[in-house]
Amino acid sequence: MVPAVETPAASNLAGRIGLQRTLALIARLRELGILLALAAIVLVVAIQAPLFFTVSNFEQILLSVALIAIVAVGQTTVILTRNVDLSVGSVVGLVAFVTGDLLKEHVLGVPAAILAGCVLGLGLGALNGLIITVGRVPAIVATLGTLNVYRGLAFLIAGGKQVSAIDLPDSYLRIASSSVLGVPSLILCAVVIAAIAAYLLRYSGTGRQLYAIGSNPAAADVVGIPSQRLVFGAFVLCGLLAGVAGVLWGSRFGTVNASAASGLELQVIAAVVVGGVNIFGGSGTVIGAVLGAVLLGTIQNALTILHLSQFWLQAIDGAVILLAVGTDAAIRNYFQRILTRTGRR
Amino acid sequence: MRLPKGAFALAGVAVLALSACGGGGSSSASPGTATLNIAFLPKAVNNPYFDVAATGGQEAATALSGQFKQVGPSDATGAAQIPFIQTLTQQNVSAIVVSADDPNAIAPALKQAMSKGIKVVGYDSSPATDARNVFINQADSKGIGEVQVQMVCDEIPGCAGDIAILSATSTATNQNAWIDFMKAALASNSKYSGLKLVKVAYGNDDPQVSTTEAQGLLQAYPNLKGIISPTTVGISAAAQVLEQTGKAGKVALTGLGTPNLMRKYVKDGTCKEFALWNVKDLGYLAYYTAALLVQGKIKGTAGEKFTAGRLGDYTIDTSTTVLLGPPFVFKADNIDQLNF
Repeated sequence: MVPAVETPAASNLAGRIGLQRTLALIARLRELGILLALAAIVLVVAIQAPLFFTVSNFEQILLSVALIAIVAVGQTTVILTRNVDLSVGSVVGLVAFVTGDLLKEHVLGVPAAILAGCVLGLGLGALNGLIITVGRVPAIVATLGTLNVYRGLAFLIAGGKQVSAIDLPDSYLRIASSSVLGVPSLILCAVVIAAIAAYLLRYSGTGRQLYAIGSNPAAADVVGIPSQRLVFGAFVLCGLLAGVAGVLWGSRFGTVNASAASGLELQVIAAVVVGGVNIFGGSGTVIGAVLGAVLLGTIQNALTILHLSQFWLQAIDGAVILLAVGTDAAIRNYFQRILTRTGRR
Repeated sequence: MRLPKGAFALAGVAVLALSACGGGGSSSASPGTATLNIAFLPKAVNNPYFDVAATGGQEAATALSGQFKQVGPSDATGAAQIPFIQTLTQQNVSAIVVSADDPNAIAPALKQAMSKGIKVVGYDSSPATDARNVFINQADSKGIGEVQVQMVCDEIPGCAGDIAILSATSTATNQNAWIDFMKAALASNSKYSGLKLVKVAYGNDDPQVSTTEAQGLLQAYPNLKGIISPTTVGISAAAQVLEQTGKAGKVALTGLGTPNLMRKYVKDGTCKEFALWNVKDLGYLAYYTAALLVQGKIKGTAGEKFTAGRLGDYTIDTSTTVLLGPPFVFKADNIDQLNF
């Protein structure tokens, strides 16, 4: 170890490392913050309406956010790299329709159709990744394009048809209503996916490199991180997870048409942002994103339980997003100011 | 080889003359035996609903030995129907049977068709009143509203308890009109005094939102005895929720749906009955009415009476509308007869 010599550069570096540490700490605190907000809502609503505080109700809340949470895990991975995937809703819809149609026309059995749906999602994600990394098109524009292209494909394939519950095999429909050791399969599926992703992002080298790309793309290139390959990988993962949500879609809702999951991308991004993931990449966690989805789902459920008009929902959702992002920005600015001042001294 | 320019001109004149003869031939036929060349123009083609209506139109065409064809845009947006109306006008069809995507946008094109002697019949969704001869109304709002209350009353033991409505969007004109008639029926008919409407929820005709709202209704109103969903997306989402939460059979479900979407749930008892108009008959009646107009057997004025083949007698009412009939109730024993 070289003895520490106080140079402006070194102290600045120390400051930056300090900033990173502090930001990591804030990220931890952010998750705690969502949990506290969640606890506060649960407490207030439970006092008002005992119906709310029941196992079956919590099960319903988690069921209604499970698919969003799965997609949010993929979206988090992409956003961490300072990109965004706007096409996830269309990927879910296209995969949901294709999977349903394969089952309806008896082209494939249930396991094969599920596999085909996942592969399709992966392929669509890979196409996004190629356009962005090889084509050098900004992600927001590229995925805005594929959002429309993928949805258009779904309409073309569907041609006005829809898949209804009678067309789907019972074994497929039962996936969504089944449970393992008392836990509904959809919830279990979301938890397992989130846990694996959370572990890999936190502890694997590749995971850390994804954060590095997002927090400083130029520096990541300098230290030799294969940014393009990793960004491509993030989009592939995001497509795959949207595909997983897509194959579960028909099982959950029983009816699939070409407009399935329209607008889902905004719900997913809302969950990710409320969950404390920085929209400019580099910080945030999968657990936070999942908690964000749960928070928004809980608010929606609470409004219904309290017999409030659902017209409030959009306004409240918007307020929660502004509050969450506003708090983040305020805290970040505050620490940034303190740290720059220490750096200069 | 070079042909003199005159040859082309001559050929052109010949073609024009031939086509003029063709046109003159058909229009000079006596009204009673005029050829029936009737085109259906739905909001969108490849739509199962309109395809079933087309089978009814085809059936009437066969019965009357007329011609039937269906053309239309691939998606139901804005003024996409206008070029189709113009083409049909140029083709000089004898009648256009149209479901207006935008009643006013297509009115000028339809008026032009009418000025050429083409009869215009609206079905499913009426064009502007002065841009059609007759409109075939699938069901009146009052009947649609009341049949749904009647069904939920039939399905809830003792016809007493809390009920909720799961609608489409809060701005949907049709649904709101039906809901108003449901409320009126609940308030005015002593038969329904035991039923209490606790909530109108909106699923936005989106399966995901409808599912969440249906779940919310079950959670928020544990004593809920019945759900009425006057929209196909809502009723199938509610059925799926009842099955997944084990509430099927405990909470009655009814409303408006299509047989294909509801077949599974009717067969397994989650939804015992639901209503819709008979879409095939709608197409049949529309073709039949158009044919009678073309043949000059009716003029399309208020108060005229006519017989439409297997469907029986109809009267054109004061708003030059013909009402198809009471809503059609689908149950386990008749749901397999229709496929849409």
